[in-house]
Amino acid sequence: MALDPVLLSRLQFAFVVSFHAIFPVFTIGLASYVAVLQGLYVATGNAVWDRLGYFWTKIFAVVFGMGVVSGIVMAFQFGTNWSNFSQFAANFIGPMLSYEVITAFFLEAGFLGVLLFGRHKVSPSVHFFAALMVAVGTFISAFWILSFNSWMQTPQGYEIREGVLHVTSWLEAMFTPSFPYRFAHMALAAFLTGGFVVCGVSAWFLLRRRDVEAHRRALSMTLWLLLILTPLQAWVGDEHGLNTLEHQPMKVAAMEGNWDTQPNVPLLLFALPDRDLQANRFEIGIPNGASLILRHDPNGVVPGLKEIPVEQQQPVWMVFFSFRVMVGLGLLMIAFAVAGLVLRRNDRLYTSRWYLRGLQGMSLAPFIAVLAGWFVTEIGRSPWLVYNVLSYEDAVTPSLSGWMVLLTLIGYVAVYAVIFVAGVYYLFKVIRQGLDELGPDEEIHDSDRPARPLSATHVPFDGSTASARS
Amino acid sequence: MEMFDLSLIWAVIIAVGIIMYVLMDGFDLGLGILFPFAPDEDARDVMMNSVAPVWDGNETWLVLGGAGLVAAFPLVYTILLPALYIGVFLLLAGLIFRGVAFEFRFKSKRTRGYWNAAFAGGSFVAAFAQGCVVGAYIQGFETADRVYTGGAFDWLTPFSVLTGIGLVIGYALLGATWLVLKSEGHVREWARNLVPKLLAGVLAVFAIVSLWTPWIDQGVFERWFDHLQIIWLLPFAALLCALGIFLSNRHRREGLAFLLTLGMFVFTYLGLIVSRWPYVVPPQYTLWDAASAPESQFFILIGVLFVLPIILAYTAWSYWVFRGKVRVGEGYH
Repeated sequence: MALDPVLLSRLQFAFVVSFHAIFPVFTIGLASYVAVLQGLYVATGNAVWDRLGYFWTKIFAVVFGMGVVSGIVMAFQFGTNWSNFSQFAANFIGPMLSYEVITAFFLEAGFLGVLLFGRHKVSPSVHFFAALMVAVGTFISAFWILSFNSWMQTPQGYEIREGVLHVTSWLEAMFTPSFPYRFAHMALAAFLTGGFVVCGVSAWFLLRRRDVEAHRRALSMTLWLLLILTPLQAWVGDEHGLNTLEHQPMKVAAMEGNWDTQPNVPLLLFALPDRDLQANRFEIGIPNGASLILRHDPNGVVPGLKEIPVEQQQPVWMVFFSFRVMVGLGLLMIAFAVAGLVLRRNDRLYTSRWYLRGLQGMSLAPFIAVLAGWFVTEIGRSPWLVYNVLSYEDAVTPSLSGWMVLLTLIGYVAVYAVIFVAGVYYLFKVIRQGLDELGPDEEIHDSDRPARPLSATHVPFDGSTASARS
Repeated sequence: MEMFDLSLIWAVIIAVGIIMYVLMDGFDLGLGILFPFAPDEDARDVMMNSVAPVWDGNETWLVLGGAGLVAAFPLVYTILLPALYIGVFLLLAGLIFRGVAFEFRFKSKRTRGYWNAAFAGGSFVAAFAQGCVVGAYIQGFETADRVYTGGAFDWLTPFSVLTGIGLVIGYALLGATWLVLKSEGHVREWARNLVPKLLAGVLAVFAIVSLWTPWIDQGVFERWFDHLQIIWLLPFAALLCALGIFLSNRHRREGLAFLLTLGMFVFTYLGLIVSRWPYVVPPQYTLWDAASAPESQFFILIGVLFVLPIILAYTAWSYWVFRGKVRVGEGYH
């Protein structure tokens, strides 16, 4: 089998970006949560908020550290694997990437240090302010990346001269039609991720009756938040879909598994889209459902994949199923948030073992949903790297041969596997230590620095302190 | 915007960024390279503690250099990265491993040996890969129509292996003089005895590379032997620094020895720049050929000029706060 550098480069980028994405989506949500906790501490003076704040800051530090490490590779992949894309679009993507780096620096050099190490050195209000600024900083960082990605989905504000892109309006290029929807959808996804992880971890502690009072508060406030955010996310996601229908109709066609442009399109609950057949097998659907959702009219016409040649059609089944995984998990999240409300009314929220166990499992749901959502939007754009402007074939590095990409792909998988195992193992140690103060094995170093976020925790990697306690 | 040559401003910013990176990450990579040879675990603790507070800022410059390159000189980015494909992977893998090992070594006891190995291995691979990049850069790149057309291992030649070894020894020297400055007792004596040996190694590679370089490319040859004889001051200054390192190390002038090592790197670096100036993708493209659109260079320059003084101040502050010696059995106090 011939090794295709384009396909392998796509796989490599997908792997690296997927691995990386799970960390920032968590830290963005968690940074805001920590800011809320520190704000509550300032407002009420109740030390339980500060203890929770300390606990979640340590987890934030570990995850942030893993995000930084895994992100370095991405900045180089645009050059190693997609050099024609970089050359074509450098006038736009160069400044966007650089501004993201600058934002990250600014955060590290300033407020992150105060948040991680200033707990006993500055007043609670200053500490809260630092937490708030870190939360804002994570959103500014996300702004650059999502603006960059949205431009690739719905490019504008540029012209092409001699094969190179020139920005004619920075405002138009940074704020493309899909950007507001993508940003809102992603911001809510980050909050949901943070929220469900907080719920899952709180549930774990409640099941073991450790620091019950503090974790009850954490669970209660987070469930209220999720009760609002989960349906809101469904609505924003729907709006995002309508925006996609307008600007990238073929992506929506793949999401719906719709082949012919026609009215009365059903909402498919299950199907096996088959590109060779140019049709679905084993369809189970709600009549007129897709037309109703997309056009608000049972007779609404929904675009079909046959509008474009077969070789330009996406791997339809990947988009189709990723979309269903995302939506399915989203509905499950709404169900859990509502179930929380019901249990609360019956006073069984903190004691129902099946619910707490379920919440533990649900901590994984937002991560899978986020990845599935990105699969939909990224694979749904194929064969275009920049939608309708630059294809994968034209974007890839010309000098690349398949074996080089395969070799480094295996290499990155190996490197990330080691980091992931070590990082997650350590994260569980930090979680298990809970709200307890420092153990006897731990020492605080004056040399701890914000750009080494992991230095904000002093839980031993392989000591016995934490495990003995649970 | 017409009044300023933005490309030139950017060339200076990126050149400064690269040398800042080499100087600052150099000594902690050097400590990693020396790690397996340390006399005992106490010495390793001291070595790590001596860079723990400042290590953070060091790799900042690498990322800033990378991002700045796409924004200001995309052609350099889009030719060098494909040309150095395998090398870049090794560099990143090395840096990631040593970064993670750095954190977890502090927190581990039973698994400390693995993290030691990861720290040392990662540092060595990263330093060697960087040295190969230098060699590949001097050799130049095969291009056609602004695209790299060479093979996967063009960067790996006897010459680039030599520069790779040279940088490994050079970083080790930088690490050794830093450690002499930051430690005491048996750790300092061990490091101090290493300095002359490493210095001899550096000089040997330096001599071969210097003799070899002008013959690799006609342009480099003309640069050194036709006119502009004043540039001969650069290698001369580097050699003077080497002599100074030897003497000051012998007379226990620790600060001076470290500064002179930095000086030796700076003069060698300047020598490399003048060999190829103004070509940024030798032998074909100058910095003006490689530049992005002036609007783009200007747009990002605003942000960089805003953040650069802050990074510099913050870096200086870190070094100031953590000045002085590290003792066995403790971090900074």
